[in-house]
Amino acid sequence: MSTLDEETQADALAEEEATGAAVTSPARLTAYARGARGVLVPILTTLIAFIVGGFVVLLTGHNPFSTYKAIFQGTGLQWIFPWVTGASRTTAAFDLQQTLISTTPLILVGLAVAFAFRAGLFNIGGQGQYTVGGITAVWIGSSFSSMPPVLHITIAVVAAGLAGAAWAGIAGILKAGLGVNEVISTIMLNWIAIWGGVFLFGLGGPLQDPHQKSVPVSSTVVSSAKLPVFWGNAALQGLHIGLFIALAGVVVFWVILSRTRLGYEIRATGLNPDAASYAGINVAKNYFMAMAISGTFAGVAAAMDILGWKFNLFTNDIQASTVGFLGIAVALLGRNTAVGVVFAALLFGALETGTSDRFLDPSVFDPNLASNLTWMIQGLIVLLVSTDLIALKILKSGRGIRVIFKRRAKREEATA
Amino acid sequence: MSVGTIAASPARTASPRNIGIAGLVMGSLAWVITLPPILVRTPVPSVILALLAMVAGAIAAVNGERRIGIGGFLLAVLALGLAFANTNAGVGHLKLVFTWSVLVAAMLRYATPLLFAALGGIISERSGVINIGLEGMMLMGAYFGIWGADVFHSWALGCLVAIASGGLLALAHAVFSISLRGNQVVSGTGINFLAVGITGYFFIAHYGNNGTPSNISQVPNVKLPLIQNVAFFGDAIGNTNLLTWIGLALVPVLSVFLFRTRWGLRLRAVGEKPRAADTVGLPVIPIRYAAVIVSGMFAALGGAYLSVGFVGSFNQNMTEGRGFIALAAVIFGKWRPAGALIATLIFGFGSALANRLPTFSQSLGTLFQALPYVLTLVAVAGVIGRSRAPASIGIPYVKE
Repeated sequence: MSTLDEETQADALAEEEATGAAVTSPARLTAYARGARGVLVPILTTLIAFIVGGFVVLLTGHNPFSTYKAIFQGTGLQWIFPWVTGASRTTAAFDLQQTLISTTPLILVGLAVAFAFRAGLFNIGGQGQYTVGGITAVWIGSSFSSMPPVLHITIAVVAAGLAGAAWAGIAGILKAGLGVNEVISTIMLNWIAIWGGVFLFGLGGPLQDPHQKSVPVSSTVVSSAKLPVFWGNAALQGLHIGLFIALAGVVVFWVILSRTRLGYEIRATGLNPDAASYAGINVAKNYFMAMAISGTFAGVAAAMDILGWKFNLFTNDIQASTVGFLGIAVALLGRNTAVGVVFAALLFGALETGTSDRFLDPSVFDPNLASNLTWMIQGLIVLLVSTDLIALKILKSGRGIRVIFKRRAKREEATA
Repeated sequence: MSVGTIAASPARTASPRNIGIAGLVMGSLAWVITLPPILVRTPVPSVILALLAMVAGAIAAVNGERRIGIGGFLLAVLALGLAFANTNAGVGHLKLVFTWSVLVAAMLRYATPLLFAALGGIISERSGVINIGLEGMMLMGAYFGIWGADVFHSWALGCLVAIASGGLLALAHAVFSISLRGNQVVSGTGINFLAVGITGYFFIAHYGNNGTPSNISQVPNVKLPLIQNVAFFGDAIGNTNLLTWIGLALVPVLSVFLFRTRWGLRLRAVGEKPRAADTVGLPVIPIRYAAVIVSGMFAALGGAYLSVGFVGSFNQNMTEGRGFIALAAVIFGKWRPAGALIATLIFGFGSALANRLPTFSQSLGTLFQALPYVLTLVAVAGVIGRSRAPASIGIPYVKE
């Protein structure tokens, strides 16, 4: 455990007593990462969101308990209980495979957003980096039909990661070189990537499938680039090894941030860029590196989806995809920590599967309603994590509520 | 003759600024002459104009007018490319795509929702609160506008319901970002998720899978009898939606409010130097609340234009990122109403063109959809003059 975070946290808490002010900066959102409260607040936040969602279900004349129960059964998570046996265990196993397939990219985009957060950057561009990574993965995956599988997969995944890194790197360079706010630049890059993808695979586009000229879709990934399935039937969309790649990403995330000089510098930059700069850290370089690494995670996330189960990319899929945006919710709920991101991704992956029309029993609750219920719950969670005040007040821990960064307050005062 | 007079006398006619502006004009002309109604069929005049524009831009840039100079140079390069494309294209295609009156009418249609949301964004951001949630507030207006128009059988009441729903969602953003001092970008992101869920949920719960009924009362078009039969104007603005006119009228109103009235000054003071505003007795927190709520109302009216005003129906997530284009327009227009109007008209023109280009080239139209975002990225990067945000944007205010 590093002393850097602890000292800054102690500093910030001391500051709070002096000024009585609170600023929720990106770095501040990680300030409660440690200790029991770091676990309790996200759990409580989730509970509040589910309770509010339950009231909406109740108001529209449905039973919230049976609704949530049906959603839970759609996720397949009951597979872990030993008393679920026989046919229901087979179904649960299949459902759980789908949940974990959804969880895999969410872990990686969550890591992407979290990594940038740790550098004090708000990477809203996860969606754009995911899109660019997906375009690259499907392009390489559908080319080179006679390549050894390990090599083909490696090249496709690495290229997708690099594409994501380059896309995020644009925002990193603009931030480092010109001071352009990364929130604005990544939002713009999202939509440029989306329309770029629609152009490439759209009717008459340069990368549209040459075999079906009337369908706006990419070529299909060849078998040598498909990720092997290790659980379930490959023909029925079993669980691919992307899950392990995502979990490896979690380890990489932790190692870079906690065990390398680069990670130390990135965290120092995130906590206080002025102080980091004063200590001789090249803040501009770290902004770029943080964005590039962040984009790599998002690009690899898309490669997992493309090479794992989608195998091609429709233009309306590019436009409708929300994986990258959900990464923001995953990272925030996971407190921008490696382990937190895994659990948050599992929650959102399970919600997505449990409320989809394939897995939710329509006689209990309309899946069209349920998927919107998921959006509401996700929105509430993000709203609630934008400030921890509500959850913290419920926990009655008044001490940790007010945190502010010295520099920002002083700067504001000096200019005021 | 002294050095002073040499420097001073050309200042009126051939100052770097004027040269730069001449470059911009020539650059535009290089493209325009290849379009209807002029339709020059050889690239030579365009090449000459574009080269002159590049020289003028370079002169202006070297002599201190960096913004106009570089902007003019880039415009000339772009115009040259487009001019070559036009002279190679068929006359029939060009006439089909560039029917100016139809393009202007379509431009206004695409610009209207963006304009409302952008004006709302300006109000919120001028008070120091980032509003990423514009997209969600538009979506609220789009659904609740059509729901209100359906239930009360009146488009006017529908618009009022839309405004109320947008204001309500904005109130949530205000509570989280002003009172609870949450991160404004995170809060806005949550607002967007929430709006997708709320509108989708109530849409399915109320209308099921049949969609909204087809006989919903819609915002009428304003027919201008005097110019309805005038050649160009009749098609362009003779039959335009009422909300478009309201949106256009709001631009000078908001401009005067922000820059010529006491309350506008107060709003801007709160966004620039809240501590100073507080010191002279301004209610910082209530002003920010009011600004955010009004911004939600504007954005919702923009959303209502989409459903009640234009198509007469609602489908899930129908705003499709228009809130983010509006956000781009706020930044591109440098947080000024007139600037936002110009930005939304440019973006709207891009969409109008994108919509007509498929008759010409299917894939090319798609690229035009990315135009707003590319332009904004270039604008924030400072190539054509840097946009500067209000000083205290994104920072919650704490009273001492």
